[in-house]
Amino acid sequence: MNLLGKLSWSAIPYDQPIIMGASAMMIVGVLLVLALVTLKGWWPYLWHEWLTSVDHKRIGVMYIVLALLMLLRGFADAIMMRSQQAVAAAGAQGYLPPEHFDQIFSAHGTIMIFFMAMPFMIGLMNFVVPLQLGIRDVAFPTLNSVSLWLTASGILLTNISLVVGEFAKTGWVAYPPLSELQYSPGVGVDYYLWALQISGIGTLLTGINFVTTILKMRAPGMSYMRMPVFCWTALATNLLIVAAFPVLTATFAMLLLDRYLGFHFFSFEGQGNQMMYVNLFWVWGHPEVYILVLPAFGVFSEVISTFSGKPLFGYRSMVAATMAICVLSFLVWLHHFFTMGAGADVNGFFGIMTMIIAVPTGVKIFNWLFTMWGGRVRFTVPVLWSLGFMVTFVIGGMTGVLMAVPPADFQVHNSLFLVAHFHNVIIGGTVFGAMAGYNYWFPKAFGFTLDERWGKASFWCWLVGFYLAFMPLYVLGLMGMTRRMQHYDDASWQPWLVAAAVGAVVILLGIACQIVQLVVSIRTREARRDVTGDPWNGRTLEWATPSPPPAWNFAVLPHVGDKDAYWLRKQAARMSQGQVAPAGDYAPIEMPKNSATGFVTAFFAVVTGFALIWHVWWMAALGAFGAFVTFLVFAFREHDEVEIPASVIAQFARAHPAEAVP
Amino acid sequence: MNVALAAHEIHSDVLTGAGEAGPAPKRVVVAYGFWIFLLSDIVMFSALFAAYAVLVNATAGGPTGAQLFRQGTVAIETGCLLASSYTCGLMLLAVDSRRHFATYFGAAITFALGAAFLALEFREFANMVAHGAGPQRSAFLSAFFALVGCHGLHVTAGLIWLAVMMAQVAVKGFAAAVQRRLLCFALFWHALDIIWVGLFTVVYLMGVAP
Repeated sequence: MNLLGKLSWSAIPYDQPIIMGASAMMIVGVLLVLALVTLKGWWPYLWHEWLTSVDHKRIGVMYIVLALLMLLRGFADAIMMRSQQAVAAAGAQGYLPPEHFDQIFSAHGTIMIFFMAMPFMIGLMNFVVPLQLGIRDVAFPTLNSVSLWLTASGILLTNISLVVGEFAKTGWVAYPPLSELQYSPGVGVDYYLWALQISGIGTLLTGINFVTTILKMRAPGMSYMRMPVFCWTALATNLLIVAAFPVLTATFAMLLLDRYLGFHFFSFEGQGNQMMYVNLFWVWGHPEVYILVLPAFGVFSEVISTFSGKPLFGYRSMVAATMAICVLSFLVWLHHFFTMGAGADVNGFFGIMTMIIAVPTGVKIFNWLFTMWGGRVRFTVPVLWSLGFMVTFVIGGMTGVLMAVPPADFQVHNSLFLVAHFHNVIIGGTVFGAMAGYNYWFPKAFGFTLDERWGKASFWCWLVGFYLAFMPLYVLGLMGMTRRMQHYDDASWQPWLVAAAVGAVVILLGIACQIVQLVVSIRTREARRDVTGDPWNGRTLEWATPSPPPAWNFAVLPHVGDKDAYWLRKQAARMSQGQVAPAGDYAPIEMPKNSATGFVTAFFAVVTGFALIWHVWWMAALGAFGAFVTFLVFAFREHDEVEIPASVIAQFARAHPAEAVP
Repeated sequence: MNVALAAHEIHSDVLTGAGEAGPAPKRVVVAYGFWIFLLSDIVMFSALFAAYAVLVNATAGGPTGAQLFRQGTVAIETGCLLASSYTCGLMLLAVDSRRHFATYFGAAITFALGAAFLALEFREFANMVAHGAGPQRSAFLSAFFALVGCHGLHVTAGLIWLAVMMAQVAVKGFAAAVQRRLLCFALFWHALDIIWVGLFTVVYLMGVAP
């Protein structure tokens, strides 16, 4: 009985210079940040203002910071794959051995989906939704902090796998039997499973939190049909999370039981059923792509409407389309594996459903176009991302509909055509949406706008880089190249792969421009202060508060008379020649108290997850017990709210008169 | 403090507009959020039910449900669980009228019935494993142990929760937060009953049907 389970010094891949180099860079980076924070004495500030914060705005910002960091990690994986495939032609082996290459494509997919795209979208929702609803926080603020830190736990475990042990070599979907113990005896799949189980709990809690917030906590007068479209898409997304993530949890639990306790859900022995995993995985997996893209649709709706100076065209049809997608997304999962051989009837049904789900998306595209039609469009950075999205997403959507035809899908199944398709919609939809949202709401979060020139440079690099990187993959897919190839014999593929690698480099330039944009904007922040709280002439309530908003968001909860509540208020003020409404008497506000519960729970979650991965049972028990005690301490706490006195609120309101004068 | 009682205490415009009147009171928000959690939990169970349905005939030459299940035990288990839901309801009534002793008494009976259910289930599992019909035997038994075991784990979690709640009543009395949590516990406990009814039907009744 080994006290440390499977853990030993040989778990660290000393013999792999690339992994060790990357690990060293990561560790040095983390140490540098920790040293800086310690030397500058920032720990108390960081602890009290951020790590233990239950403020939805802070939590949103932290989600997005995590997402941006993981974008860098995931992109590093991407550019390694692109460069490997650009050189490993016609017998050449490239510089990445197969077992390392396999980990890279698995990590790339896992990180980009779960730890980049989702935290980015959840971060935007966290920051924006309560402000747009005109309320002071989400339904369960401490739970929100727990969600954030559990997501961070999953991210940490995934990145630990780079240094200690290995990551899954199964692809990000981890299909059995490959992911069963028999064929993947290492800890890679366990890292994958536990990281996603832990962060999945966080995501589920987010879903519960936001569904409750949106359905039960809107400002007075804000009926459903007065909610901003971003809130509608957030509602749809979180309903999807609540309905889909438990399936993933159950599926992974079955695979874990197979791997840890010798169950036979998906194994060859004992009459397990491998295709059941594939079905269950995509019952979660297809709603997941809408979890990723619906909030982006919401961002585009806000951006297009604001910068066209017009109300959104077809608000009701937009809402209907969003909810239609929400329902239909559960009826298309089988199109991920038409080749399973379910027969013509079943494939036909799912093929037709897949074509149908393109209809509401098309409705949305037309709504955005008609919103711009006749509007006075300002071509700011968020608008550029939105326009880039519309063109790119339509192309991606069309290749998707093409693959919805089962016989056509049989030809390109698992090929680079598919890879090109889903990058086409995920980058063109979610990533562009994330970037649009980042540029759009940044001034609200930090009180100054982002640099437009570098923002535009970044957009063009991303756009051009995207087409350069992924259009060749469509061609390669039609030429017969399958995905996940560490090397290949057909030399005629190489020029296309070189072009794709160049595209990846152009995207890298785009990312570099974004970093420069951030640095330049911070350095020139005094010149770009947003003193009005409304830098874009916005329409929804988040622009009715100062930038950055106070912890309580609104001194007095706004009363909502119609859609575009803030726009209406500005119109009304203009009618009355800008007469400032008399500042009412402010009442004290109860705000939730900061809590270390989320952070401490996540700490124990990491301990437990790591121990389970390495079969260190006593440590797993200790971690679980620690989490339980944390929960007890939280349950028995005496005060969970602090009262902000009216004088403080009045003082803040006097210092930020912009709120009253539109 | 059950749902019906809670409803008439709430000002009517809160219920009608669901948002026209501004944010709902905390009790409504908490119970609503917990309902959403319960729905997600039921979705998780539905995945396990689906797996069971797919694998029910994948016995790999091992024993079938008809050979394994003893309906007598299962009937007693079901009785325990349903009765515990009733006593849980009685406990909530006691909470409503702020009666400490009745609350503890109702909780104790609920706990005892839940524990009896778990003991019987554990005995059933141990028996099956002892006869070479453990979860490693076949895909059918894997699905059986996972589905029924997951429900059992939920009951276990419920018992721990109930114990913690009684400690809270002892320390904090019938504070608003404690009442909200007891309401959520009751929702949870009843939901476990609903899942058990499905489980009883799909696993134990259909499993032995000719």
